[in-house]
Amino acid sequence: MFSPVILITAILNGLLTGAVYALVALGLTLIYGVLHIINFAHGALLSAALFAAFFAFHLLGLDPYLAALLIAPIFFGFGYALQRLIIGPVSHGDDRNMLLVTLGLSVVIENVLLYAFRADTRTIDLPYAFQTIDLGFTFLPIPRLIGFCLVFAVALVLWAIMRRTDVGKAIRAVAKEKLGAQLAGIDVAHIYAITFGLGTACVAIAACLLIPTYYVNPTVGDAFVLIAFTIVVLGGMGSVPGALVGGLLIGVVESLSGLFLGESLGQIGIFLIFIAVLLVRPTGLFGARA
Amino acid sequence: MAASPLLAVQALHAGYGKTEVLRGVDLTVSPGEIVAVLGSNGVGKSTLNRTLSGVVRARAGAIHFDGVSIEHEGPPMIVARGLIHVPEGRRIFPNMTVSENLELGSYRRARPRREQNRERVFGMFPRLRERTTQYAGTLSGGEQQMLAIGRGLMAEPKLLILDEPSLGLSPLLVEELFAFIARIRADGVAILLVEQNVVQSLEVADRAYILAEGTFVMSGTAAAIADDPELKRAYLGL
Repeated sequence: MFSPVILITAILNGLLTGAVYALVALGLTLIYGVLHIINFAHGALLSAALFAAFFAFHLLGLDPYLAALLIAPIFFGFGYALQRLIIGPVSHGDDRNMLLVTLGLSVVIENVLLYAFRADTRTIDLPYAFQTIDLGFTFLPIPRLIGFCLVFAVALVLWAIMRRTDVGKAIRAVAKEKLGAQLAGIDVAHIYAITFGLGTACVAIAACLLIPTYYVNPTVGDAFVLIAFTIVVLGGMGSVPGALVGGLLIGVVESLSGLFLGESLGQIGIFLIFIAVLLVRPTGLFGARA
Repeated sequence: MAASPLLAVQALHAGYGKTEVLRGVDLTVSPGEIVAVLGSNGVGKSTLNRTLSGVVRARAGAIHFDGVSIEHEGPPMIVARGLIHVPEGRRIFPNMTVSENLELGSYRRARPRREQNRERVFGMFPRLRERTTQYAGTLSGGEQQMLAIGRGLMAEPKLLILDEPSLGLSPLLVEELFAFIARIRADGVAILLVEQNVVQSLEVADRAYILAEGTFVMSGTAAAIADDPELKRAYLGL
């Protein structure tokens, strides 16, 4: 019922959107894989990072892609401090408490943003925001193409950290064998905080990739995190490749269901998939055991 | 006391929640010595080990290691001092290769000599060398135990706590294991051996303590304890 060109365009656009979803999901799944909690503050942190990218452009005149080099380390430190100084001490090592503390943090962060910046929706104007690249049969928006490539660069860096550095290996050790890691001299509280920091840095980079073509308000992150949660379940809880593949897949599903069912119903496909995964394959595409 | 002990524990109390597991434990280990801690299940052997390595905090009493008081320190600091605990159940990293498991053994200590220590471990456990790129979770029980001990040796321990190392191993492997323990001591490492395998522990150990209900009811040279049938019947079920 649609011409192949329209279908392919929809799929390509879905992949571009899905890459940013994947990055948000990557942060979520990383934290889940090591701390074994769903970080409910993830969306609020995304909103905060979008504000950071917004103001970096408005006040400092920083291009969002450049600002990522500044905002990602800042949010890494912020995430580290949140886990080390608030979430960890308050929860006394109990996973359920950690979950609730992140939920509380999300309320606090969103309301601080609301108080500071009001509920207004803001955007930035970049000269290249609407530039496209001509593929012959269709056009692709350049900012989102850059975003797509950067997501994979980030995933590659993350992979290298996890495989090649002592800290990355310590993260993987803590994820599966906490007591063994402690007895090897690994400081678990430090590793938890580093993981939370890395997850938060993922969100910060995602914000910098989103802001050129998206908007920001204090609760904008929530919608992304609902999708990211779906991706994490689809890809397998704690699985990094699962988050990447799942993100791309969800992006395409959203784009195609938008095409077939109408733009306003675009997200219905995502949640149909979510329910289907829970019914048929609860461990997700790349999940090992629950 | 001739030479100052490497590990000196005085009136140690520890437990979980309302339960007090250790009720006044006194223990010394001298450099290069093998000391066995014997006792049946549930008398507090694992709690003693976990308190020494800082995973469980002492409630009262003192732990001196290498001349420093360590009862208020956490595992990273204690590992850095050279007190290495190879836990019961091995606790290796199943999702990582044999090589990576060993690398993390030198995460906190002896990192500059990682390569040469790995060679030393492979020299002692040649079977691990054949499996460097294999995931630790796929190893046999005996190989996992060797990996756990190897990971401990990577930190160049001054004192190695071995917690039930023979648990779940075949009799042949148990023989092999006790030969390794003697070799590790020959390299100058003191060993605190916590075991249910009484006969073989007493053969390899210099001294032994018998733990019952959270305190030591008896201590002495391994030979003396091995020769005391009354004692063995009362506390060790032999």
